Amino acid sequence: MTGRRLALILAAVGLIVAAAVALGSGQMPAPAIVASMLRTTLQVATPLTLGALAGLYCERAGVINIGIEGMMLLAAFGGFVAALAAHAALGDGAVGASLAIGVAAAVLCGGLAGAFHALLCVTYRVDQIISGTVLNVLAIGLTGYLSRQLFFQSGMPHAPGVLPTLRLPLLADLPLVGGVFEQQPIALAALALVALTHVVLFHTVWGLRARAVGEHPRAADTAGIAVARVRWANVVVGGLVAGLAGAYFTLESVPTFEPLMTNGRGFIALAAMIFGGWTPLGAWAASLVFGAAQALQINAQGFGLAVPSQLVGMLPYLLTMLALAGLAGRTRPPAADGQPYDPHEAQA
Amino acid sequence: MTLPDAAPLLLEARGITKRFGDLLANDAVDFTLRAGEVHALVGENGAGKTTLMNICFGLERPDAGTLAVGGAPVTLRHPADALRLGIGMVHQHFMLVPVFTVLENVVLGVEPRGPAGALDRHAARARLRALAARYALPVDPDARVEDLAVGQQQRVEILKALYRDARVLILDEPTAVLTPQEVDGLFGVLRGLAAGGVGIVFITHKLAEALAIADRITVLRRGLVVATVRPRDTDAAQLAALMVGRAVALAPTKAPARPGPVVLQVDGLRVLDARGLAAVDGVSFAVRAGEVLGIAGVQGNGQTELVEALAGLRPLAGGRVTWPGLAPVSGRARPWSGGAAAPPTPRAIRAGGTAYVPEDRQRDGLVPSFSIADNLVLCAYDAPPFARWGQHDERAIAAHARTLMAAFDVRAPSERTPVAALSGGNQQKVVLARELSGAVRLVLANQPTRGLDVGSVAAVHQRLLALRDAGCAILLVSTDLDELRALADRIAVLYRGRLVATLPATASPEQLGLLMAGHTPEA
Repeated sequence: MTGRRLALILAAVGLIVAAAVALGSGQMPAPAIVASMLRTTLQVATPLTLGALAGLYCERAGVINIGIEGMMLLAAFGGFVAALAAHAALGDGAVGASLAIGVAAAVLCGGLAGAFHALLCVTYRVDQIISGTVLNVLAIGLTGYLSRQLFFQSGMPHAPGVLPTLRLPLLADLPLVGGVFEQQPIALAALALVALTHVVLFHTVWGLRARAVGEHPRAADTAGIAVARVRWANVVVGGLVAGLAGAYFTLESVPTFEPLMTNGRGFIALAAMIFGGWTPLGAWAASLVFGAAQALQINAQGFGLAVPSQLVGMLPYLLTMLALAGLAGRTRPPAADGQPYDPHEAQA
Repeated sequence: MTLPDAAPLLLEARGITKRFGDLLANDAVDFTLRAGEVHALVGENGAGKTTLMNICFGLERPDAGTLAVGGAPVTLRHPADALRLGIGMVHQHFMLVPVFTVLENVVLGVEPRGPAGALDRHAARARLRALAARYALPVDPDARVEDLAVGQQQRVEILKALYRDARVLILDEPTAVLTPQEVDGLFGVLRGLAAGGVGIVFITHKLAEALAIADRITVLRRGLVVATVRPRDTDAAQLAALMVGRAVALAPTKAPARPGPVVLQVDGLRVLDARGLAAVDGVSFAVRAGEVLGIAGVQGNGQTELVEALAGLRPLAGGRVTWPGLAPVSGRARPWSGGAAAPPTPRAIRAGGTAYVPEDRQRDGLVPSFSIADNLVLCAYDAPPFARWGQHDERAIAAHARTLMAAFDVRAPSERTPVAALSGGNQQKVVLARELSGAVRLVLANQPTRGLDVGSVAAVHQRLLALRDAGCAILLVSTDLDELRALADRIAVLYRGRLVATLPATASPEQLGLLMAGHTPEA
């Protein structure tokens, strides 16, 4: 990830915000639009950022994960059910605790889904695309079936609430843009995880080994590193992060579950990861571009434009396709990404 | 050199047996290594050298036999076990992560840790610097490995082993990618290490090198140890006979060349590599009927691009080439300028009588999952007698295969055997059988004997010389100077995409080596 590329991606965010100002200047003052756009961008970019980080842990270690969408959906459902159950057990006095239990359960669900992917891809060396597809199909079927079984009679219940908005001290008191720094905990955690992942990948032993395994597993093996163990660990960590992304949907964004509610975010997150050149900072910046596109759609509804909002709503998906088609320039994936490693395979 | 017979045994393998399916790769092999000793392990491809060392490094587990390190019996389940016991290995294909720095590669797996699992680069750098100074192996710790020359990468591999306190250093074919000067440098480093008490296993199939560096030489043939000898008690001819099991003519007998008319004319050829840089930059030469023009050079100096351009697999970025049977073709100076004739297709070049023996037979020369018979008609499958009305004549294809297999001594159960199931030598014979039969006027051969055993090499050499004597023009690209000096009538040296000199085949290896390293006589 070059600084130039990062700057380009962030400029794209600026462009979208500027477009919002241009479109909405008749209705609202420009600073208010900018603040609202940035705040919404950070919010809606949260699952994308987390999804991209989840993908990054897997792919840097050499395991392609197209099952992030499914991992998120499973986690969203698991977290939602756990929060409901906790609320039923603990009562109205412990809404916060119920939600926290929900988040923990979502993260755990993600981790389990990650373990499933690792079992198939690392232990049994199944084709990684197939395994990811299995996860996605399984998640849709399982959550759809269980939600109907559990809630068909009663109708879809509401969770006890959503995670509270936190005000970052000092920053939230800034004039005009202060609102940007009033965010819910998962959105803030995503920001922290971007920084943490950057440090882990590039400045720790864990990261060095993960990258070695993703670039040249045999070199890592001959250096005494247990390739399968490193891959397992990273895929499970990726699952945990995807689980947190899932919690965003049912515990932070809206207090309910709908089938298919992740709505392709897992795939957009993967596009962001690629767009960002397989680096945490790049993936974050790319998530912001997609987030800003979505924020534009949300804000545009308030502007009363002649353009149907569905057209504006296509923007993130169009950007995904363009990013994947290489408009963003070529980036270099980890050399062994997607290749199962068999230590006993004869060397060519 | 005196052998420290009294020196302690570092590594002791007894009765090592390893089977891969029906193949007995190691058959009750005994092998010992003493401190301060260079022990060469020689043998043909597939004799079991690498298997034995993979077992000693924990990459493979023996079916029977015992290993002892420093006198104590050990079981190696994984390279990590071997590394812990002070056994390091420099693999033939380097085990380096190209996008990592030298430092990152060296410490991988034994990283010094700071607080919270942080990578302590300062401690690592200090230790690496100290090691590099102590063993006179200078490297830039922060250079990316992919930017280093092959010789430097090998230095990184050796440092990687030393960083892990290796007392046993296994080197698998370490000189295959080096210039003669780099080989001398490596030998100096190895002698220094041995003097410091390190035991070195030196795997090679180059007998002269084994004789030059080793204190003891162990010869493997078909998984069996056939002899362990001292260099002063033997010579190359005897070692070759031990390796192959019969007497081998090491240098092919060569009649004087009778050069005829020019068959391939190349003027100012420019070829771009994948990054768009000039890999071949203004190369001119001519190959005449009845002569072998050798192209020498360290791997990666434009050989691949040159030969691929001449085979029609890469566009000509500039210059002019006259292939046999075709009108001269000019490359375009700029892709958008237009005007120039389109480069001929590989098919047109072949039709003119050019044969191509690619350097990577498995990638470019064969379809590994296809049968021998199908591989032998890859260039002629669509025309009579092999096809009529869009239908293959399987009988004609099979008969053709049996004829060529007999003529080129391809050893396989039948012509239906997939090429992937053959040994490297037999695979190469399939390529040669396809390329060199028929009306050939020019042969482009890039490393035609790479990875082949002594016996197969001799067969390939004889085949090429026979073609030469029959009036064929041969362009032979090789990184092996012995091969070039044995076969070529003239040797041109390619350095960074330019031909720096053309010498008679009698030029000394030292002279050629200096040119290959970029030292032109005037400089």
